Amino acid sequence: MATQLDSNGAPRSFDDIMSIVADLGESTISEYSVEVDRDARFPTEAFDALKAANLLSTYVPKEFGGDGLTITEVCRVCEEMGQYDASVAMIYAMHQIQVACIVDHAQGDKYFGQYLRDLVENQLLLASATTEIGIGGDVRSSICSVNVSGDDFELTKKAPVVSYAENSDAIMVTCRRSADAPKNDQTVVLVKTEDRELEQLAGWDTLGFRGTCSSGYVISSKGKTEQIMPVPYATVLAKSMHPVSHLTWGSLWTGIAASAVEVARKTVREAARKNPTVPPVSALRLSEVNELLFSMRSGLHEAIDEYQALLDAGDDRAFENFGFSIKINNVKVRCSEMVVDIVGKALQIVGISGYKNDSAKSLSRHLRDAYGASLMVNNDRIRGHNATMHIAYKGK
Amino acid sequence: MHEEAVRTILAEHCKLSVDVSSLTSNGDLYQVGLTSLTTVNVMLAIEDEFDVEFSDNMLTRATFQSIDSLVDAVEELLE
Repeated sequence: MATQLDSNGAPRSFDDIMSIVADLGESTISEYSVEVDRDARFPTEAFDALKAANLLSTYVPKEFGGDGLTITEVCRVCEEMGQYDASVAMIYAMHQIQVACIVDHAQGDKYFGQYLRDLVENQLLLASATTEIGIGGDVRSSICSVNVSGDDFELTKKAPVVSYAENSDAIMVTCRRSADAPKNDQTVVLVKTEDRELEQLAGWDTLGFRGTCSSGYVISSKGKTEQIMPVPYATVLAKSMHPVSHLTWGSLWTGIAASAVEVARKTVREAARKNPTVPPVSALRLSEVNELLFSMRSGLHEAIDEYQALLDAGDDRAFENFGFSIKINNVKVRCSEMVVDIVGKALQIVGISGYKNDSAKSLSRHLRDAYGASLMVNNDRIRGHNATMHIAYKGK
Repeated sequence: MHEEAVRTILAEHCKLSVDVSSLTSNGDLYQVGLTSLTTVNVMLAIEDEFDVEFSDNMLTRATFQSIDSLVDAVEELLE
């Protein structure tokens, strides 16, 4: 499919895309949110709509038929989408992370370049399997390996969590580079749906992010060696997967927080109208929760700006720097803890109608989704990495 | 000269999967078991041994990649 055009025949802009996202957010995405959450099912309607609007290829460069958005712009899309439905936004973010890995490291490769074109044409949805049974959330180690024979590979991985595996067109699977490679000598393999089998190990009946369908599976796959990324995973992780993960997640969590504050804002305004002579107490609480949202968003946007500047400067060594890693980890730990605090404070403002599941002001899903953020890679693991780096880091 | 001191530090502070004496000077240390925690311990030991201080922009994977890169870092800090 050609580059997306607006009504004047010009390539659509970031603002055009944000309008489309807002429209879909208010319509199709919101329409099915309660059902998707209640049934812990994949948000099919939302993704049919996102695909129809060619939103899965926003980060793919224009020369491959995508919109060529910057990572800053992709983060803004996630922040917007997070206001309407955090599961939809999380699936969207996770897909963008995989796209970024290919765009940043393999667009010049014959196979992956063509794959990007296919992704645009068919709006392919990419999933990821980085964690592994036996090594948990330590993504820099793998037990499984890709086994190559001539042009063919075979790869089997026991993954405790693979979000939306069954609805994806491909899964990017991390593994050791070969049967005798050390545990941290890893590569990433694009495993296509038609060439893989999934045996479910664990279900996904959780408090929140229920629509992400993040069950555990044994992934058994085969394919051609051209599907193995041409760059080591350590490089892909440092430049792309780590920063894009934390920044898109931080963005959608900020969206959850912003949405909860909006509901709180409506409540305060209603209270003010009822009693115009005395400002409601809740207005003070609204000011307080808005301060937290300000801090959450500021930290996130500062880190996004720094990442964008490093990408634009083109010095890949910068991504392996302790200072940069620390900041990217800070985004994850801070945003995941602040979203819980902000939604909780918003609930206190909204009151019982926020506490109910079946009211127009319900904050049930916001709160339940918010609690997942600090667990998707446990914050204490991430803080542990930062702690180690802080011993060496001088902060100058 | 500095290479011997760096090798001794690695032997004392890292649990590598091979003997330090068998490591080539340009071999990838991460491949033989260097981790982020041992990276930090090696850095602290080098700072003590040579009485230098690593600057933040040297705190990167590449600096600790091999014995050669560590020796280069030491030489840069001693200038």
